[in-house]
Amino acid sequence: MPRIIKDGRIADDPWRWVTTDEVMTPECLAGDEHLLLPLPLWQDQQDRHDRARTGVWLAPDDPFIALLPWLAELPLIAIHFPVFTDGRGYSLARLLRSRYAYAGELRAVGDVLRDQIYFLHNCGFDAFCLRADQAPEEALGAFGDYAWTPVAGRGRALGV
Amino acid sequence: MYLYNATDQRLVDDRVIQFRGQMERFLAGCLSEDDFRPLRLQNGLYIQRHAPMLRVAIPYGTLSSRQLRKLADIARRYDRGYGHFTTRSNIQFNWVRLEEAPEILAELATVQMHAIQTSGNCIRNITTDQFAGAAADEIFDPRPYCELVRQWSTLAPEFLFLPRKFKIAIAGGREDRAAVRFHDIGASARVGEDGRIGFEIFVGGGLGRTPMVGKLLKDFLPREELLNFFEAILRVYNRYGRRDNKYKARIKILVKELGLETFAKEVEDEWEWSRGGPNTIEAATFNDMEAFFARLDYPPADPHDPAYRQALQYNRAFARWVERNVARHRVEGYAIVTLSLKKTGIPPGDATAEQMEGIADLAERFSADEIRVSHEQNLVLPHVARKDLLALWQGARALGLATPNIGLLTDVVCCPGGDFCSLANARSIPVAAAIQQRFDDLDYLFDLGPLELNMSGCVNACGHHHIGHIGILGVDKNGEEWCQVTLGGREGQRGALGRVIGPSFAAEEIPDVIGRLLEVYLAARHEGEVFVDTVERIGLDPFKARVYGEEHAAHH
Ligand code: SF4
Repeated sequence: MPRIIKDGRIADDPWRWVTTDEVMTPECLAGDEHLLLPLPLWQDQQDRHDRARTGVWLAPDDPFIALLPWLAELPLIAIHFPVFTDGRGYSLARLLRSRYAYAGELRAVGDVLRDQIYFLHNCGFDAFCLRADQAPEEALGAFGDYAWTPVAGRGRALGV
Repeated sequence: MYLYNATDQRLVDDRVIQFRGQMERFLAGCLSEDDFRPLRLQNGLYIQRHAPMLRVAIPYGTLSSRQLRKLADIARRYDRGYGHFTTRSNIQFNWVRLEEAPEILAELATVQMHAIQTSGNCIRNITTDQFAGAAADEIFDPRPYCELVRQWSTLAPEFLFLPRKFKIAIAGGREDRAAVRFHDIGASARVGEDGRIGFEIFVGGGLGRTPMVGKLLKDFLPREELLNFFEAILRVYNRYGRRDNKYKARIKILVKELGLETFAKEVEDEWEWSRGGPNTIEAATFNDMEAFFARLDYPPADPHDPAYRQALQYNRAFARWVERNVARHRVEGYAIVTLSLKKTGIPPGDATAEQMEGIADLAERFSADEIRVSHEQNLVLPHVARKDLLALWQGARALGLATPNIGLLTDVVCCPGGDFCSLANARSIPVAAAIQQRFDDLDYLFDLGPLELNMSGCVNACGHHHIGHIGILGVDKNGEEWCQVTLGGREGQRGALGRVIGPSFAAEEIPDVIGRLLEVYLAARHEGEVFVDTVERIGLDPFKARVYGEEHAAHH
C-alpha cells in the first residue's frame, strides 16, 4: 500500500486515485474500494451508496462550488498540484477550510515536495502524498521548518 | 524604526537554517536544478550573466546605521567591495559565490535583515515614500502600515506561488513619491471626513512589457481592513490570474481581461466574508506599531542658524546642493537630505563599502541613525538639523556623495543592464555615463530644471523608463545595441506613461538626441515651466521634427 504523510505521521493510504480518463464500471463503483474520484466523475456518482469510501480530487481550476452542499459528508478532498509552482491549490485549501468550514481530510497530491509542506499545512492541508521520488520519512521534519505561525489580526504575533 | 521581536528573529534564523539545508541538498545532488531554482529565488539568489547575484530586501527602504555597516561588511567580504541600490529600494550584490549565500543570509539575520521577498512569484518587498515620517506634506506616516503588511506578507503561506510577482507600495504624502499608480497594489493615505484613517487603493498598475497606470479600486478603505482587503485581492489573483503565459500573468492583465467592474466584484465577494474576521487589525496593534516609528524627541533646532545662513550666502557649491538635495522637513529647523549616488561615471545606485560606512557614520551623527533608500536609487538622511547641513555636506563631499543633481537630468535612474543582467538587450550603464558626461555643466543643468531621465536595458523596465520624463529603453537590433526614446512619462498624482517618439537610435547617438530634445524644450518653455509640462503642452511633434527632421516626423 502506498504511504502518505497524514497528521504529521507516515500512514498507509487505502485510497485508489481514479484518473479523469478511467472508465468506471458499475461493479467498480459498487465494490468496497476507497475511491478518489475526479470532480466530474464524482458528480456523476453522487448516489454511490458508500459515501464514506468515496472521496473527490480537484484540479486547480475545478469549479469546486459543486461540492459545497456535500462538505459535511465528504471524507476526503484531494487537491492536485500539476507543478509545485502552481499556487492555486493553496487558495482552494484556504477557502475550503475557512470560508466553507470543511473539516474532513484535505490532501495535497501531485508535485508535492518537502519544501512546501510547511506552507501547505498552514493553509489547511493535513495530508500529503509526495511526488513519487520523494521519501516521506525525510519530509517529516518539514513541519518544524519554522517556529512561526501566522497569528490572526496582528499580521503576526507582536512581542510574543 | 521597527525592531524585531523574538518571533521575527526566530523566523529569519529558521529561514537561514532551511536554506542552508536546501543548499546542501542541492550541492550534494539530492535536489535537481529545477527543484532548487525556485527555492534559491525565494532567498534572493539569482544566476546572472557573470556570477550569482544576491538581492537583499530593505523593507520600505529603511536602514539603520548598523544595518548599512553590515551591508558594507558583506560587500567587502563576499563581493567586490560595493553594492547596487535598486529602483525597488533593495540592494544587490553582483559577485557572490553560490555556496556562500547561506552564510551571507546568516550575517544579514544578525542585523534583522533577509533576502525573502526579493524574487520569485510572491508578494515582493513593500515600498514606500523615501521621505516617510519626515515629509512636510505628509497626511500620516505610512511605515506602521508598511510594517504590518510586511509581517503579513513575508511568508504569507497562501501567496508564495502566485502567477507572477506582486508589488505593493504604500504612500503617506499628499504628493505621491512612491509611484502607487505603478504597482500591483498601491495604497495612498486618506483621512475620511469623519476623521477615520484609511487608504485609497489602486490596482493593476505596473511597468514592464505592458505598462499600465493603476485603476482606482476603492476610494476609501478603513485601515483596520487593510490585510483582509489585500488578501481578497490576492486570492482572486491567485485563483484566476493567467498561468499559461508569463507575459500575461501579472494582475494588470487579469484586471484588464475581466474588466475593472467584474474584478472589483470578485474582490468584494471575497472581502465580504473575511471582513471583520481574524485578519482585522486591532487598534492596539496600530498603537504598538506607531510607537516604533514615532519620533517626538527632535531637539529644538534654529532654522535661522547664523552659520548656516552665512554659508548659504557665500558658499555657492553648498547653496546649490541645498537647493537640489535638501527637502523640507515637517519639523521646523530640520531638513531631509538626499545623498546622490549619481556622480558622473559611477553606475547609478552603486555605493562602495567605504561610502556605505561613511554614510552610516553621517546618519549616526546627523540623522538619528536612520537612512532611507529611494526608488530613484539615492540614499536619504531623513532627519537633519539645518544647522548641521554644512558639516554634513562636507562629509558627503569627502565621500563623493554630494553631487547637487537630485531631480536633474544627471540623476539618471538606471538598471544594471547588459553589464550584469542576463535578460538585457543592451547595456544601460554606459549610456547613463555618456549622458552624465555630456551634460555635466551645472549652470546648464540648473537652468534646465527638474528633469527625470530613466533608462532600462530591456522591456522588463527595472529602470522605470516608462515614467521618466525622458525614457530610454535598450533594444537589440541584429546583435547591436539600440535605444528607443519615450517622452512625457511621469510619476505622482498625474502619473502617465511616456510615448515613443519614433524609430530607435544607436546607443552612441543618445547624448546628441537628448541634446536636441533639450533645445526644443529650451526654445519652447514658458517661464518656470518644467520639461515634462512643456512636453504635455506642445506634444511630441516639435521634438520629433527636431530629432528626425520635418519630413520624417510627418510620417510618424
Ligand atoms: S530592465 Fe531588463 S536589463 Fe535592466 S535589470 Fe531589468 S531585466 Fe535586466
